Amino acid sequence: MLKLRRYLKNYKFHLTVGPLCKLIEAIFELIVPLVMADIIDNGLNGANASVGYILGRGGIMVALGVAGLGFSLICQYVASRCSQGFGTTLRSDLFRHIHSLSFAELDRIGTPSMITRMTSDIDQLQVAVAMLIRLVIRAPFLVVGSVVMTIAINPKLALVLVAVAPLIALALWAIMSATIPRYGKIQSKLDQVSDVARENLTGIRVVRAFSKQQTETRRFDDATQDLARSSIVVGRISALLNPITFVVINLAIVAILYFGGDLVDTGAMTQGEITAFVNYLMQISLALVVVANLIILYTKSAASAKRIREVFGMQSSIRQPRQDAPPAPAQDAPKLEFEDVSFGYGGKTALRDLTLQVYAGETIGVIGGTGSGKSTLIHLIPRFYDAAQGCVKLDGADVRSYPLRDLRAHVGLVPQQSRLFAGTIRSNLLWGNPDADEATLDWALEVAQAKEFVYAKPEGLDTPVNQGGKNFSGGQRQRLTIARALVGKPDILILDDSMSALDFATDLALRTALARELPDTTKIFVSQRATSLRHADKIVVLDHGDVAGIGTHETLLDTCEIYREIWNSQQSEQEAQA
Amino acid sequence: MKRSASPSVIARLLRYTKPYRLQLALAILGAICSVAASLLTPFLTGKAIDSIVGPGNVQMSIVLRYITVLIAVTAIGGIFQWILAAATNSLAFSTSKDLRDAVFAHIQKLPLQYLDRQAHGDMISRLASDVDKISDGLLQGFTQLFSGLMTILGTLAFMFTINPIIAAAVVVLTPLSLFVASFIGKRSHAMFQKQSAMRGKISGYVEESVSGARVIQAFGHEAQTQEEFEQLNSELYQCGFRAQFYSALTNPCTRFVNNVVYAAVGTVGAILVLLRGVMSPGTLTTFLLYANQYTKPFNEITGVVTELQTAIAAAKRVFAVLDAEPESDDSALPALQDCDGTVDLEHVRFSYRPDTQLIRDLNLHVPQGNIVAIVGPTGCGKTTLINLLMRFYDVNDGVVRVSDTPIRDVTRKSLRNCYGMVLQDTWLFSGTIRDNIRYGNPDATEDQIRAAAQQAHAHAFIEQFPDGYDTLLTDNGGNLSQGQRQLLCIARIMLTDPPMLILDEATSSIDTRTELKIQQAFHRMMQGRTCFIVAHRLSTIKEADTILVMKDGNVIEQGTHAQLLARGGFYHTLYNSQFADATLLAKNGAAV
Repeated sequence: MLKLRRYLKNYKFHLTVGPLCKLIEAIFELIVPLVMADIIDNGLNGANASVGYILGRGGIMVALGVAGLGFSLICQYVASRCSQGFGTTLRSDLFRHIHSLSFAELDRIGTPSMITRMTSDIDQLQVAVAMLIRLVIRAPFLVVGSVVMTIAINPKLALVLVAVAPLIALALWAIMSATIPRYGKIQSKLDQVSDVARENLTGIRVVRAFSKQQTETRRFDDATQDLARSSIVVGRISALLNPITFVVINLAIVAILYFGGDLVDTGAMTQGEITAFVNYLMQISLALVVVANLIILYTKSAASAKRIREVFGMQSSIRQPRQDAPPAPAQDAPKLEFEDVSFGYGGKTALRDLTLQVYAGETIGVIGGTGSGKSTLIHLIPRFYDAAQGCVKLDGADVRSYPLRDLRAHVGLVPQQSRLFAGTIRSNLLWGNPDADEATLDWALEVAQAKEFVYAKPEGLDTPVNQGGKNFSGGQRQRLTIARALVGKPDILILDDSMSALDFATDLALRTALARELPDTTKIFVSQRATSLRHADKIVVLDHGDVAGIGTHETLLDTCEIYREIWNSQQSEQEAQA
Repeated sequence: MKRSASPSVIARLLRYTKPYRLQLALAILGAICSVAASLLTPFLTGKAIDSIVGPGNVQMSIVLRYITVLIAVTAIGGIFQWILAAATNSLAFSTSKDLRDAVFAHIQKLPLQYLDRQAHGDMISRLASDVDKISDGLLQGFTQLFSGLMTILGTLAFMFTINPIIAAAVVVLTPLSLFVASFIGKRSHAMFQKQSAMRGKISGYVEESVSGARVIQAFGHEAQTQEEFEQLNSELYQCGFRAQFYSALTNPCTRFVNNVVYAAVGTVGAILVLLRGVMSPGTLTTFLLYANQYTKPFNEITGVVTELQTAIAAAKRVFAVLDAEPESDDSALPALQDCDGTVDLEHVRFSYRPDTQLIRDLNLHVPQGNIVAIVGPTGCGKTTLINLLMRFYDVNDGVVRVSDTPIRDVTRKSLRNCYGMVLQDTWLFSGTIRDNIRYGNPDATEDQIRAAAQQAHAHAFIEQFPDGYDTLLTDNGGNLSQGQRQLLCIARIMLTDPPMLILDEATSSIDTRTELKIQQAFHRMMQGRTCFIVAHRLSTIKEADTILVMKDGNVIEQGTHAQLLARGGFYHTLYNSQFADATLLAKNGAAV
């Protein structure tokens, strides 16, 4: 947790006052049994025995209670402020840090894990901070304090308590170390149950088509059986905790009565002191349970802190250039240039030795099978990744010499996964350019073939978009993401297989509109449909990261075997058309 | 949610515990015995202390007698405490297993009409976390409630027998404890709801922005996203602080009440001992211990009540699934026999929602071995037709016949067995490749499996895996390419050899080389079978015996390629837009 400690440095006051208040409360709590012993020993027998004396002592006990309440409320307040403040700042910083990371780092951790770190891991730490303030001092103090108090009363008899504390601690430790790893396994078994359920819900049509409902139900039953069996085993172990504490505490009472009887007989102890002993014993047993919970909490939060630290420890592999101004565009340089570019993910080469020049207004097609390096190629342009070898140039200057904002403003990217953000259609389109006017939005929608369905909605541009754009169909989302990229009127438009959900007619209308409306824009199309790319100025054919050929459709048909293969596999359409 | 429904929800849940009567009985026995033991402890302790009065006034033999009894009580109590906890656990986990199984089995019987409207994540959370909440809250809470009540009643009984006056003092102070707990409970519950709503909002935002991090970077939208996030984050801080502070009040406040009760018992008790001598100091000690034990369950019970509320809410969500109307029972119907592959649709009307009519009066005769191509623009409702053919949905009006038998008059199973279905969204389950291929025919021999894979052009790539047919597929075949997944689905159908097929041609995003194999496999599979194909390739469409042109969910045109072209309708336009690809683009210059 060390590195995250700096988030607590503004809370030194809280971190001191909180535990201090709790400590005072605990001291008061320890005094109460003493006062009670005093009532029994002095209020009932001896010179001071009187109703007044008893009432006075009773008043002290209530006063101790009130004061204890006051102090502990201060502590709770301070703990809530501090832990929530800590969590809030940490959350903001982690969020900012995540968005400063490049694709390479995001890939490494993965989205679901990143989300857990942002949410439940931080929540966990927040709880830990609050408990740190509230209990870390209090609970051990109660244990130690109780032991000390009993030692003060009678050191010999206190040996009983000194023996009890480690015994209970040992039992707690044994049970916890037997159950905690098993809880992890139970969690994964519950995940399995969910997995079977999820699989069945997504594949429900197939399950029914094959009439496999009964088999699937049996499969699910097996998973739940497995889960129940493991849960019951763990349940049996953790069920030992209460009886063990009960037995140990009661045996300690037995010991106190047995040895205490002798001590009182010889006058070394009083009856009231025996009562106090029994009370302290109870307090120890309660406090030890709290200590056990604290240990569990600590193990969990240490894991959370580690996961959060790991994110903070990552630095974006994309370095911003020193100067703030973008380099001046070189005359006559190609709009885009790949010079002998290679790139790999985690030791696996995804793109090898690509050299390509693209001039302003040209249309480039990129084709190849899954995993051939198509997406890699285009991700190198806006520096989502940096080339491992060679360099990518925009207007004659290395993309690494542009400030990221400027570089990315040149590029309009339509990603493979069409992703919209909660808000309205308008708010999503404005991502491309916050200052775009109504006419630009209309134009973008029209070119993207989205105008018809957007305006068919009663609220038009102000139609709400749910999280992830789930209230739109795949095809509609694709067209909206294309429109979003168009609003920024980029010099370079990249469509990463972004028309896969569109039928041929819409696909064609879209491409025609792009050609007509954006004659000067450099367009890069990644596609699996050879026909869609047929008329591009250049087609790049990729095969497992290697450049299999670059050229026009006609040239490639003559020279590139892989292209010919792809073309032929899709050729039945051509025959139909011919 | 109706409040009155809660008792019936509990009664219904209790019915699930029926098979575990033994555990239930053990839990109750355990609760009674362990509560009795924990109540006897202070009593015996007090009695023993009474025999330890002062120097020279200690009756060790009496002390020893009580000690012996105490040891016995401790042993019995310990054993029954374990029995209580273990039996409750076993009861809770077994019941939740049964509940999960019941829900899952019911899901398998629910009509797709219901399931298609449910979010999968929501259904899964009902199966997983809601059932957990039930087992935590209702069952474990129930026993806590039970032993808590037992403790309260027991301590009260003990206290009243020892001394009614002090006992009365304790009872008078009880409402204070309840009042404080319920006040805090109510306040913090409202805060917690606000907090969890806010948490939901913020994790939704985090999910959206983290999974969209690439888009955010591409558009340089980081600053705005951060700003929006901080807005939400500071709102969370406000509710989070309140929720945490209010809930943190519970412990100190109840501790305070306990302290007051303790002080009151001590003072009143001491005064009584002093003035009337009705009580010994040992009894007072006993009393003090009882007073401590008596207040504890109140705190626990307030905790249990909130857990119970959560559990009831969760149970309602679970029962909502169980109460959903299942598909009509078809076990009494005959099976469809000797399916010849002819399909007839007569005056079929269908809609998903009453207010929008989708298919109006569709008539179609498909002779054995014919190919029906379904075409239309994106989202035209091609899956609707598949839903009706497979009887995933029932028609609103009209009849669907397979080999002259209305499909409503035969079992769903026998009808569906006549179809082989390969959709674009391939579905494989986690298991080996072999298990996946023989999914429709679990008794297939190894040779048959291999032959099917060979026919589907899947054998070669399967053999390339180190484990071959034993390769484990995870996460819907995440270790395969989309094309390979489709080949496996084809192999699966090859093995069942159905008379009719429903196929979904890929639009794109498929490995181009695999694509060729899929086409060949499709062709081989189609021979001699009646086929319904959601078609994207013109060659497929042209070869079809009948083309159904769909738009906005309805079949608007029907006929052969030549007939439809001659009619000059929607198909004509559709066909031309695809056919014209080359020429149209040529007009627009070199681009694209």
